[in-house]
Amino acid sequence: MLLKIENLTKSYSGPDGRVPVLQGISLSLDAGETLALTGESGSGKSTLLHLIGGLDHADGGRILVGGQEVTALDDAGRAALRRGMVGLIFQQFNLIPSLTVRDNIRFQARLAGREDPAWAAALTDALGLTEQLTKYPEDLSGGQQQRVAIARTIAARPALILADEPTGNLDEDTADRVMDQLTRLVDEAGATLVLVTHSSALASRMARQCHLSHGRLS
Amino acid sequence: MIAAALSSLWSYWRRNPLQLATMIGGLALATALWSGVQALNTEARASYDAAAAVVGEGRYDQLVPRAGETLDEATYLALRRAGWQVSPVLVGSLDLGEVALHLTGVDPLTLPAGAGAAGQVAAVPLAQFLAGEVMLAHPADLAQFGTAQSIDLIASPAITQGMALADIGAAQRLLGQAGAISRLVVAPDQPLGRPPLAEVAPELLLQPAQGGSDTAQLTDSFHLNLTAFGILSFAVGIFIVYGAVGLAFEQRRAMIRALRTMGLSMRFVVVLLGAEIAVISLVSGAIGVVLGYLLAASLLPDVAATLRGLYGAQVAGTLQLHPSWWLSSLGIALLGGILAAASAIWRMSRLPLRAGRDPQVWAMQSARGQRLQLVLGLALLVLSGGFVVAGGSLLAGFARVAALLLGAALLLPPLLEVALHVAQRRARSVTAEWFWADTRQQLPRLGLALMALLLAITANIGVSTMVSSFRLTFIGFLDQRLIAEVYVSAETDAQSAAIEALADDGITVLPLLSVETRIGPQKVDLYGARVAPVYEQYWQFLAQDGDVWSRVAAGEAAIINEQFARRAGLWPGDSIPISPTVTLPIAGVVGDYGNPLGQVIIGEELFITLFPETRARQFGLIGGGADALMARLEAEAGFDPAQMIDQTALKAASLEVFERTFTVTSALNVLTLAVAGAAILMSLLTLASMRVPQLASVWALGVTRHRLGQLELARAVALAVLTLLFALPLGLALAYLLLAVINVEAFGWKLPMYLFPADYARLAVASIGAAALAALVPALRLARTPPARFLQVFANET
Repeated sequence: MLLKIENLTKSYSGPDGRVPVLQGISLSLDAGETLALTGESGSGKSTLLHLIGGLDHADGGRILVGGQEVTALDDAGRAALRRGMVGLIFQQFNLIPSLTVRDNIRFQARLAGREDPAWAAALTDALGLTEQLTKYPEDLSGGQQQRVAIARTIAARPALILADEPTGNLDEDTADRVMDQLTRLVDEAGATLVLVTHSSALASRMARQCHLSHGRLS
Repeated sequence: MIAAALSSLWSYWRRNPLQLATMIGGLALATALWSGVQALNTEARASYDAAAAVVGEGRYDQLVPRAGETLDEATYLALRRAGWQVSPVLVGSLDLGEVALHLTGVDPLTLPAGAGAAGQVAAVPLAQFLAGEVMLAHPADLAQFGTAQSIDLIASPAITQGMALADIGAAQRLLGQAGAISRLVVAPDQPLGRPPLAEVAPELLLQPAQGGSDTAQLTDSFHLNLTAFGILSFAVGIFIVYGAVGLAFEQRRAMIRALRTMGLSMRFVVVLLGAEIAVISLVSGAIGVVLGYLLAASLLPDVAATLRGLYGAQVAGTLQLHPSWWLSSLGIALLGGILAAASAIWRMSRLPLRAGRDPQVWAMQSARGQRLQLVLGLALLVLSGGFVVAGGSLLAGFARVAALLLGAALLLPPLLEVALHVAQRRARSVTAEWFWADTRQQLPRLGLALMALLLAITANIGVSTMVSSFRLTFIGFLDQRLIAEVYVSAETDAQSAAIEALADDGITVLPLLSVETRIGPQKVDLYGARVAPVYEQYWQFLAQDGDVWSRVAAGEAAIINEQFARRAGLWPGDSIPISPTVTLPIAGVVGDYGNPLGQVIIGEELFITLFPETRARQFGLIGGGADALMARLEAEAGFDPAQMIDQTALKAASLEVFERTFTVTSALNVLTLAVAGAAILMSLLTLASMRVPQLASVWALGVTRHRLGQLELARAVALAVLTLLFALPLGLALAYLLLAVINVEAFGWKLPMYLFPADYARLAVASIGAAALAALVPALRLARTPPARFLQVFANET
């Protein structure tokens, strides 16, 4: 079992008091599984992803990633988890503008202490980024930037990849190509993927689908 | 419409009070430093002018003695009888115990109506004034005067503090100079056919009217120094404002675009932005005026001490609020605000309506811009060197300094970019690599603050090197000049004779004979030296020709000081006219750092021949020890201890004057460094909000907030260290310019340059400390950033 979530709760303060976002979520995923998380805007999809990735604190319940209890970790422990086991892909790409494409791709793998130039070169080639390596993120199109973000994540060989609307900022054709590449590479890497999406077509590409509504999974 | 638009623009400042505080603070600091210096200059100049205006100095021609400090009444009467419309003036220092008043004696009946004293005397009963019964003084000085003097005091606010005005007869009595006249003021209307001056009084010299007073001209270089510091400080402050305005405008692009899409023309928006800057500038200027006043008031005593010690110029000890001063300060604040905002407004006016590139990217300087900066910086450095050829004046010297500093400041960001690039390439860990790359990206935004830091450190190194070099040279100069063990002032011929008699007991007696005279257009002090072996032992010459002292003793040559040599272009081998009948070759040029005036030294015998009426009243004595000599003079010749001073005390007093001379400079140095520290703090604080998205990405990838905070601190320290490395050679170049160019033009002497590694190390610690201190708050804030703040960056993902 790579990911295990038990009775997870989370709420935020609002003008009228605490607003529940997640209400007793339980979920488990085996290594290599893929899961699509769908739901309306504000249903708590991103919040769930952030909690799994150790970006945010849960109010209650437990999250275990690779046997490590994320909810019991302190700030440094959660940072170490993100470096070692988790890879995050965002809708806004979140590349580091001061680094070249090559350095962005190497960045997370080097942080994790798992740099593998051959694997990085293979990814670069597979994602069609070979010509872009010396460029900076500002010089790339949206699709190219997202492919760099994918390469950066997969190059680090994380056990768990959390992708939050990775094609939300891309046109349909580009989105299709990027998703093809992402799913193929995740498969090759043997990683577990949790994909947050609005698109039912994208969701259908995942082995499992869960719908989040009013803070509950269905 | 205007109200709605203004309210939307203002809403930005309401939500970003720190940026508003940065702008107001930067501009207020800049204005304060500028206006403080201007207040000091204005006050000092007003004092000179007031003092000069008493007898119309600078406005009327004057007759002054060719040699000696006074002329006698017979000469004055001879001129009056010959038809010359002249009025006698006597000036002197009236000793009141701990303080002294600068007393001016005038004859109100003959004084030209335009002289300031004429108006001041008109306010008191003339008969009383002429009878020598009253004296005018500033109200603040009345308490100092006490009741011991045999004259009534009348308070007159029109008299400058530290000065007094009396009838010339009363002044002669109070100063103990019966029948003496310092100079004659020449009335503008003279009868035709009067005999020429050379016929009636050949011993007098006609000094034509000038634009300003002698004192004002003499102290011009000092005030120019202060002004240069004021400009430097103002530039440092403007750097802060420039950064804050640029950021504010950049962050308001969306708002401006929205206003335009809702129907406001770009011209209208630009006018509103201009008005906004004007209001902020005026508010900042008002705060700056108050701060500047406080700064000037706290520095004025030291400035007054410097001017008195170096130039003998009297400056009132209290600060007046001249309307021209605070109006000009508000004006400079407005100008500074507009200058700082001009490029941001211009860029804003060219902003297309459609959405642009990422703000962070937009903020980064283009390669073209950096190339332009590089070329401009290099051009200014070449120009700085080029002024050597143009050479020749104090203004050219300051132009060299300005070109050097500005050129180096412009070169700083490209050079830092290169250094950071190298560091990034050599980084071993991924965090270090990101750290250097991220620092490179921050460079355009931090560049201005770093330029300010560069200027501040450079000024500190340059000025401290100059001051310390000067100090070493000055101490050496004092050792060379103060060779006697005791210096004695004789009040009577009998006391002079008693001192001379000491020579019979093997004590070396060195009389100090001097007259003030003119050689060509230059006013110089002419000394008669009794040549003794100690002179040969201690005096060192900058340039000499043969056996200097033997030639001087024989009356065959003269020694001149460096400032006279440089101003007149005279060196060993050249000749100078000592009197209408005597011309001597120059045997040696000696360094002289005690005053800016020219000095000429000739042998004692020749001096007595040329000026037989001059008696030595001061003597240096060597032999037997200071205490024994002083005890003997007191016991055997009735000398008062106040008439004698031992060399150690004189040296200490000279050094005290020296130290106070540079107190103002040191204070401005510290303030400039503080302003640079503030510039870094403000830049980092304003950058903090812009950097959240980038830092959030790195944090999400597993770098802790604590580590990010540490790196933020390390970044400021690294940049400060790199800036310091660049500032060190630049500061030494500045020191060279100050010592070898500015000093020569301003004071007439060239100083040897010494290096002070310990001082530089202390400055390095202070500069890095200032940068670290400035980065501490942003670093702590970053280390304690709630994760929710970072999560907001990803909040639009679904």
